[in-house]
Amino acid sequence: MTAEQFFFYAFAAMTVASAAMVITVRNPVYAVLSLVLTFVASAGLWLLLEAEFLAIALVLVYVGAVMVLFLFVVMMLDINLARLKEGFIRYLPLGVAVAVAMALMMALVVGPEHFGLERVPAPERHGPEYSNTEALGRVLYTVYVYPFEIASVILTVAIVAAIALTLRRRPHTKYQNPDEQIAVRREDRVRLVSMKPERRE
Amino acid sequence: MNFAIPDMAPALPEMFVLGMACLVLLVDLFVSDRGRGATYVLSQATLVGALFLTLGGTPEPVVTFSGTFVRDALSDVLKAFIYGVVFFVFLYSRDYLRDRGIYRGEFFVLGLFGVLGMMILVSAHSLLTVYLGLELLSLSLYAMVAMQRDSVLASESAMKYFVLGALASGMLLYGMSMLYGVTGTLDIAELSRAIAGVEDRTVASFGLVFLIIGVAFKLGAVPFHMWVPDVYHGAATSVTLYLGTAPKIAAFGMLMRLLVDGLGSMQADWGPILVILAVLSMAIGNVVAIAQTNLKRMLAYSTISHVGFLLLGVLTGTPDGYSASLFYVLVYAVMGLGAFGMILLLARAGFEADRLEDFKGLNERSPWFAFMMLVVMFSMAGVPPFLGFWAKLYVLLEAVRADLVWLAVAAVVFSVIGAFYYLRVVKLMYFDQPAEPVPLQAGADMRVMLSANALVVLALGIWPGSLFALCEAVF
Repeated sequence: MTAEQFFFYAFAAMTVASAAMVITVRNPVYAVLSLVLTFVASAGLWLLLEAEFLAIALVLVYVGAVMVLFLFVVMMLDINLARLKEGFIRYLPLGVAVAVAMALMMALVVGPEHFGLERVPAPERHGPEYSNTEALGRVLYTVYVYPFEIASVILTVAIVAAIALTLRRRPHTKYQNPDEQIAVRREDRVRLVSMKPERRE
Repeated sequence: MNFAIPDMAPALPEMFVLGMACLVLLVDLFVSDRGRGATYVLSQATLVGALFLTLGGTPEPVVTFSGTFVRDALSDVLKAFIYGVVFFVFLYSRDYLRDRGIYRGEFFVLGLFGVLGMMILVSAHSLLTVYLGLELLSLSLYAMVAMQRDSVLASESAMKYFVLGALASGMLLYGMSMLYGVTGTLDIAELSRAIAGVEDRTVASFGLVFLIIGVAFKLGAVPFHMWVPDVYHGAATSVTLYLGTAPKIAAFGMLMRLLVDGLGSMQADWGPILVILAVLSMAIGNVVAIAQTNLKRMLAYSTISHVGFLLLGVLTGTPDGYSASLFYVLVYAVMGLGAFGMILLLARAGFEADRLEDFKGLNERSPWFAFMMLVVMFSMAGVPPFLGFWAKLYVLLEAVRADLVWLAVAAVVFSVIGAFYYLRVVKLMYFDQPAEPVPLQAGADMRVMLSANALVVLALGIWPGSLFALCEAVF
């Protein structure tokens, strides 16, 4: 086993194990942390494929920014763990049966004999002067300009949708106006009323 | 590195819609709730302008943007119908949205972005663009369903749609990754060439299955239909109208791009899968629709059965079959507009008119619109001489020609079962007493356009030749 194979299997095993943990651990905070580990392990796999820029972008953007934000959101949410676990045991046998049947069928249909280096040749190795970042930069705004622009439109739609769904204008909200509070005069607040004394009959 | 600037002219309609959608977004910021008419007029102008740009294009097929974009007869016809259908959707929705306090610019902006997603989808020439177009469309739809924030039903259905839609996108991507692994290309034309030269097709057909799952989910074919009734029922009726018409045209385009353009040489593999989807959709759609008391749910199941018919033409794998299916999907979109439009016509502030009993005695309240609804229902049931009859006839003929007589017989049996629930609506309108004999309150534009919509169904039913010739010319 070469060193590359060793690292591939190590990262692959880590990815699968941590991805399984994302959906099996009970505490949502642990689930988010497992997802972070999944991203880090897949970044390792990308490094093995000579996609250094993507690997580092994945760690910086997803792990560094998106997942931290996500972690905050999960911690802020008041999640009832007991309700989440409701029905877990009841659906477990069915879920496991379906999952096992699917995995078996997929393994029977596409077994290892359909893959391997003799079927799909390994990509050509580049020398130390090769730069993945440069290669990406050359195609991103030229060959892939159309998909790139569509991706930016998708992000615009996401912003529009997020704002449309969460922005609330509340015209009836009561709030203080300090200017008026300071400028208030006694006559505005206190009214002297002269009342006739009540007469007892 | 040498790079030639791509020919951008074929993508002019896309660029126009994108630019106008951004403009509408900005203009909407500065108008008050009373001036929302400006947003509406600009959105409609966008659709009309895009229609002219699309019709003004060159007739011969063009592939541009490094093989990620194609403009041909199929994309032009589908786009033209998408603009037309969405134009009607916006027009029908205006009063309904205003009555419910959700007459906001976002409906039109998201609607236009959805149109852009559909255009990208039907013009896709790369697996990457198919996926991106689908995501753009789906994201707009999820947001539109969820827009009625105060309604628990709408939020719930948006959540269901979102979770199931994300799952289907994942399946689609998995299938695409398998195909990329086998052929090493994302370009649909190159994919088609590469697949023809692959000897061991096991992995390719494995990917194909996941691809079909993704498309079947978008179309709402059984067994990937679970979201359809809930989302149609939960969403505001104007959103259901949008959701149930134009995206079906786009999903048909996606089916053609992926299966026919990309994997045409694997027809022997995908044909039988589509047969199963078609039979199940026709059976479940028609039988379960009988049990519905809510008209929106009933029409949702009716959509599922129509999708079954639509697949009938595609699965034959012949150009005649494709044009029969194209004819079917265009006809379905026009009929769907009429049916959901009728619910919008009857709805008023605080009253949804989406139950079957709300249509009781419509003949006494408005004989003209009762007749219009009769036209649409008869057409959906496939009664001659209405438009739906020809659509069903053409796909059945193609199925028989492809030696699938048993399938055609099954389709006829299920559509006879389905006729029951369409005719029940007609019976309610003509032979029952109205619960509250209030006159209709819709505006003049809505009345005129809805009548035009139903009269088109009637007129094209009597002279179906022109529309069918258009569909035949595409393939």
